[in-house]
Amino acid sequence: MARFSAWAVAKNALSGNRNWTSQWRKPDPKPSYDVIIIGGGGHGLATAFYLAKEHGIHNVAVVEKGWIGGGNVGRNTTIVRSNYELRPNALFYEHSLKLWEGLSQVLNYNVMFSQRGVLYLAHSPGELDAHATRGNAMRLHGIDAELLDRDAVARFVPQLDMSDHTRFPIVGGLLQPRAGTARHDAIAWGYARAADQLGIDILENCEVTGFLKKGDTVTGIQTTRGDISAPKIGVAVAGSTSEVLRKAGVDNLPIESHVLQAFVSEALKPVLNTVVIGAGGHFYMSQSDKGGLVYGGELDKYNSYAQRGNLPIVEDVHTMMLALCPQFAKLRLLRHWGGIMDMSMDGSPIITKGPLPGLYLNAGWCYGGFKATPASGWCFAHTIANDAPHALNAPFTLDRFNTGYTIDEGGSGPFPRLQ
Amino acid sequence: MLILCPNCGDRDLSEFSYVGDATVQRPNPPEARPEDWQSFVYHRQNPRGPHRELWQHNGGCRLILEVTRNTLTHEIVGTKVAGPQRAGSGT
Amino acid sequence: MSGFRLKTGGLIDRSQTRTFTFDSKKMSGFAGDTLASALLANGQSLFGRSFKYHRPRGLMSVGSEEPNALVTLARDGVQEPNARATMVEIFDGLKATSQNRWPSLSFDLLSANQLAGPMLQAGFYYKTFMGPTRKAWRFYEPLIRRAAGLGKAAQKPDPDRYEKINSFADILIVGGGIAGLTAALKAAEKNARVVLVDEHAEFGGYHRGDPREADTIADLLVRLKSLDNVSMLPRTTCFGQYDGGTYGLVERVSGHNREAMQFAPCERYHVLRARHAIYATGAIERPLVFPGNDRPGVMLADAVRAYALRYGVSAGRDVVLFTSHDGAYKQLSTLQDMGVPIRAIVDTRTAISDIAMAQVAATGLQLITGHTVTQIHGHHRIKRISIAPFDPYTSAVNGKERAFECDCLGISGGWTPSIHLTSQMGGAPEWDETLHTVLPGASNGSWSVCGSVAGYFDREDSVQSAEQTAEQVLRKLSLSRARKALAQPERKDVLNVGPVWSIKGAVGNAFVDFQHDVTADDILLAHQEGFLSVEHLKRYTTLGMGTDQGKLSNINGLALMAEARGLEIPKVGTTRFRPPYTPVSFGSLVADARGSHWRPTRRTALHSWHLDAGAEMIDAGLWKRPRVYKRGDEDLEQAYIREARTTRQSVGIVDVSTLGKIAVQGPDAAGFLDQVYSNAFAKLAVGKARYGLMLREDGIVYDDGTAWRLSETEFLVTTTTAQAAAVLEHLELYLAVHWPDLKVHVTSVTDQWAGASVAGPKARAMLSSAMPSIDFDNDAFPFMAIRHGKTAQGIPVMLCRLSFSGELAYEVFTPSRYGLAVWEELQAAGKPMDLVTYGMEALGTLRIEKGHVVSSELNGLTTAEMVGLGGMASQKKPYIGSGMTDRTAFQDERRHQLVGLVSKSDASVLTGSHLVRSPVLTTPCLSLGHVTSATYSPAREKYVALALLEKGRDLIGRELYATFPLKGHHVAVEVVDPCFFDKDGERMHG
Repeated sequence: MARFSAWAVAKNALSGNRNWTSQWRKPDPKPSYDVIIIGGGGHGLATAFYLAKEHGIHNVAVVEKGWIGGGNVGRNTTIVRSNYELRPNALFYEHSLKLWEGLSQVLNYNVMFSQRGVLYLAHSPGELDAHATRGNAMRLHGIDAELLDRDAVARFVPQLDMSDHTRFPIVGGLLQPRAGTARHDAIAWGYARAADQLGIDILENCEVTGFLKKGDTVTGIQTTRGDISAPKIGVAVAGSTSEVLRKAGVDNLPIESHVLQAFVSEALKPVLNTVVIGAGGHFYMSQSDKGGLVYGGELDKYNSYAQRGNLPIVEDVHTMMLALCPQFAKLRLLRHWGGIMDMSMDGSPIITKGPLPGLYLNAGWCYGGFKATPASGWCFAHTIANDAPHALNAPFTLDRFNTGYTIDEGGSGPFPRLQ
Repeated sequence: MLILCPNCGDRDLSEFSYVGDATVQRPNPPEARPEDWQSFVYHRQNPRGPHRELWQHNGGCRLILEVTRNTLTHEIVGTKVAGPQRAGSGT
Repeated sequence: MSGFRLKTGGLIDRSQTRTFTFDSKKMSGFAGDTLASALLANGQSLFGRSFKYHRPRGLMSVGSEEPNALVTLARDGVQEPNARATMVEIFDGLKATSQNRWPSLSFDLLSANQLAGPMLQAGFYYKTFMGPTRKAWRFYEPLIRRAAGLGKAAQKPDPDRYEKINSFADILIVGGGIAGLTAALKAAEKNARVVLVDEHAEFGGYHRGDPREADTIADLLVRLKSLDNVSMLPRTTCFGQYDGGTYGLVERVSGHNREAMQFAPCERYHVLRARHAIYATGAIERPLVFPGNDRPGVMLADAVRAYALRYGVSAGRDVVLFTSHDGAYKQLSTLQDMGVPIRAIVDTRTAISDIAMAQVAATGLQLITGHTVTQIHGHHRIKRISIAPFDPYTSAVNGKERAFECDCLGISGGWTPSIHLTSQMGGAPEWDETLHTVLPGASNGSWSVCGSVAGYFDREDSVQSAEQTAEQVLRKLSLSRARKALAQPERKDVLNVGPVWSIKGAVGNAFVDFQHDVTADDILLAHQEGFLSVEHLKRYTTLGMGTDQGKLSNINGLALMAEARGLEIPKVGTTRFRPPYTPVSFGSLVADARGSHWRPTRRTALHSWHLDAGAEMIDAGLWKRPRVYKRGDEDLEQAYIREARTTRQSVGIVDVSTLGKIAVQGPDAAGFLDQVYSNAFAKLAVGKARYGLMLREDGIVYDDGTAWRLSETEFLVTTTTAQAAAVLEHLELYLAVHWPDLKVHVTSVTDQWAGASVAGPKARAMLSSAMPSIDFDNDAFPFMAIRHGKTAQGIPVMLCRLSFSGELAYEVFTPSRYGLAVWEELQAAGKPMDLVTYGMEALGTLRIEKGHVVSSELNGLTTAEMVGLGGMASQKKPYIGSGMTDRTAFQDERRHQLVGLVSKSDASVLTGSHLVRSPVLTTPCLSLGHVTSATYSPAREKYVALALLEKGRDLIGRELYATFPLKGHHVAVEVVDPCFFDKDGERMHG
């Protein structure tokens, strides 16, 4: 398959763009594979790619119930950052950020990773102290971070209301310059195309209806396109983890599914050149390359598998938007939708072998899954290939809830609705 | 979403806060095993479909109610006062 | 030139002239005109530039589906981008400017993008801009961003007002066409509470302005207006349906009317709860996809009709219609009589119905069947078109082209029901093979449809469906007792659509999505590259992602993909529509929760006193609290040091009203608290208070505070300010669900009590003088005792001898309404004793000196043992959190522990610093812990801090470094015990 480049675009344009071919094949399932990945989202596709690229395992199928990239990878607000305080999170997300930095070239697919910075606002001296604690932790972990005072925030984002008339005046912020946004769909398609080129079968419209088991050991899957067996089966279906694993007889996961809404405005000429996270971390916005403001807020705060939310959050999100940028009142909401978040009980992910022999689990991404995509796939592939976690995902076990080594970045406890 | 509060009638979602899964049982301390605490604090059925859950009418009468709601359609099938039914606390 | 004002016709008021400007050019129209109709009447043909290629674009439609005619409105410094000219009612002084062009609408430099057209095909940006280095995107992206986007956001705050109302109805009817009006009347006559909304300024829907329907519409409106159970809302869009019969509506109240603006909000957002919704949302005409179909002068055929009937405007001077169904033949003679110069009809079908034929015969138009338009000539507007014979069975051109002069081409490929609201709740649309269009899928029971959205394109069927639907809904809501429901009419194929999705053999860019410049070739390319599902198609090509949300493009795109895949349209699937139906302003959703009102503000009873005393206030959650009371030229640090020092030297007072306060009452109250707190409470004596620690079930500290036993059955529990609401809910949950047998009631009394803490060596003397009836002797009023009494002026107070500062201290509570009076009495009593009023900063200093923990240390990650409160975890009883503290991590010796730090120099220790072993600032570097709170300690005359440090208690006496790389701050500190001052508590107990 042809490499993508400006040259290829120009050459094809001259021939009426008739020579472009399918970006990934549409193969029929084989009866067995070395590894099956359930879930054709960003994480599943990335896992397949790294299994082939890093571990030489090419006989892999990614099975997807619908069309690839249809879940949260294509529904999120596209923020990529590694500004975490707790060591396991900081190291993992920084690894992810580093993978993002070369991803377009590695995949030969422009994922439009735009390092426009992510600015966390502080609305009180106490919040600024908390940001400083985190920013210093980042620097000690070798991650970029800058503390901005009020004037520096005003210079960096001239659109913000820096007056004292607002309810919670902005006092400063924590900036991660290397953070930013990426083109969400491109991740799914880019990994799919690259994985496909390495021989991996991407099986769309292939819903898992059950698991083949010998005793406790999982040996394969039943799908709407027939049974497929494999000695190793990775599950990367965040949002639906509980439902898929229930089919394997597992129903005691530390996960709740919640709906998180996302919003986009009508397209505008450039007005916001960074990612702003404010209102106590409960609101975030950026502007896409097409010009729409892309923004969101908190969970709807009830268990949900519906990919839509309700008006109280819609109102609250816009309230926070205008609290930060009152001049945006005449801009318009173009579209809003919901994604299903796999909320783990400590707010951190699970990338582990188990919970049954033959099974590997990648889950619990809460609302941090998009930025994690490269590292998640990278670590999950490592775990599947070696039957042991990499040091980066070793803390992200299921067992941590038994031992007490939970990774609770926000300190909000085992309550997904508070995370 | 409108939720039927047994005290106050149909009220808007914004008056309520979600508490959590109503099916988990708090262990009885003297006999409780570690796995019982695990189940209570961490493990959730998390069904896609009907779900028994607790809500609190904290923007109103503060009652804690048990709501049976479909997590896929958000349709509410029934509400009642949470906890064991006491005399006179019918739905 | 092109469009012009007809001599007669339209709903406009020709006696009322309105002047406005477009791109600074002065123009006029009439009351009742939209910006689009007025511009058209002024001969304007160029309305905007497209998103990607910056192609010149004209008016396409007459409604909210408009993809091209987007303008920026300006009024009194208010700027509103992306307004659809078709929906803007003109008024005197309206200023509109075109968008997405530079330097001008007619000469746009970026229209050069068209030259590179083939390179800018769907998804081209995924394939390039990746070199020469990894940083390439950083260079290309700003260029792309500048070219993209539509209008510009305002730079100044919006002075307009917005409103929100909650409302209720039995039946919401969306769409005020004849079907909607009929259904509304039928429902209202049965006493249903009806809300009827329509997005336009006038009711009547499709038939607005049609002289043959004027009487019918007027009659329906008169009858509806006579009923007081009907609320009629014109200019109101139902933008979304949400759970439980909740609907979002936005009403344009005065944005179109400058005079009303002074008194009324600009927009009003309604959250409507309705028992049922009837969608009579009508249908939207579908463009034909052929080369050049985006040139200014090409517009929907029905828009040609509607501009004449509603606004008395002819869309062109030389009009040709191009269609594939009978619908476009409607009212040809009416239009001709009005003076719309229609010359010919080009129809792709080889045969048309007799009714259509009769229309043609009556008007003497030229009818060219079995032909297609193959090309449009002209740049900024049509000069002529090329037509050629067409074979509808192969969808291919099968003969020679010939030219045809015209300046306006009305196109129509059929009608698409506006099913958006029906699909938002997940109802999958269905394809109808006979009507060649999409219809609403099965309802979830909360909505019904009638009229053309339900596929009834025949006028009489539409009315019948409205009556039948209303009746059915009334029966469902038990508002009608009619035994037998009327039958829904059969759907008749009155349009006789001969579906044409693509014109094979015609060369050039044929647009599917006008705003986003998605062409038929882009859809073929998506297919070629494997983006086969509808969702992939949308995402890869951006089809339907513009401000019109694909109202004109979705079906054509879907059909082209079906054609490419060789599948029936239903097999390709349909996409789910997302709210809002049309874009909704942020301002309306926020209403008045703006500026200082976006969250509530809580003030204590003493708030005004603090302001008068010069306090600098700080936010503590929703509360406003005094931070420091600066004197003279003091800076923050000097002020808090003075306040803290004076307190330790003589006496200080602080407002503690914000502490959470919960009344815990009932025979089982003591037993309840004994399980809630990790330390024992069952045996606490009446008249005494105790410090208590609450854990979460996972064994982590939740909150701390005190519980005062006021009687055998009554406690007053205090919580931290931040956790007050959460702790109350926590207690309520356990009582309701886990321990329902306990006879206890909990109530928040936070706002009922005002509180002051009086601390310092002279506290006793001061309070003795303020409250002579209370014996403050150490034996009479021991530590942790509670006393009730009165102030010298007779105001009731409740006191507890508690200390957070480590000084001899008393908390004085009084009902909030007396708060200020008691506070002032205390101030007066303290005056001779050098009383100082202190704020949050000094409060922090005093508690840090004593090593007391607050939320900085109790951060949701710490156990009792980590913060030095292990002794408060009872071994003798179960309590919330005791079940999980045996876990491995809780025994891990590397866990952080609370320690004190003293700066070894004059340099301060900054909160947020981390502790490292390295004597020089270096990164990366292993962090051993972090500074949770820091202050200058007047007692120690040093900068001190509290920190959570790995194996902290083992490191006491060691030197470490508090490092703050964000500011390049690095200081040597000595690890010490967290209590810096009076460890034995002699002052507090003395």
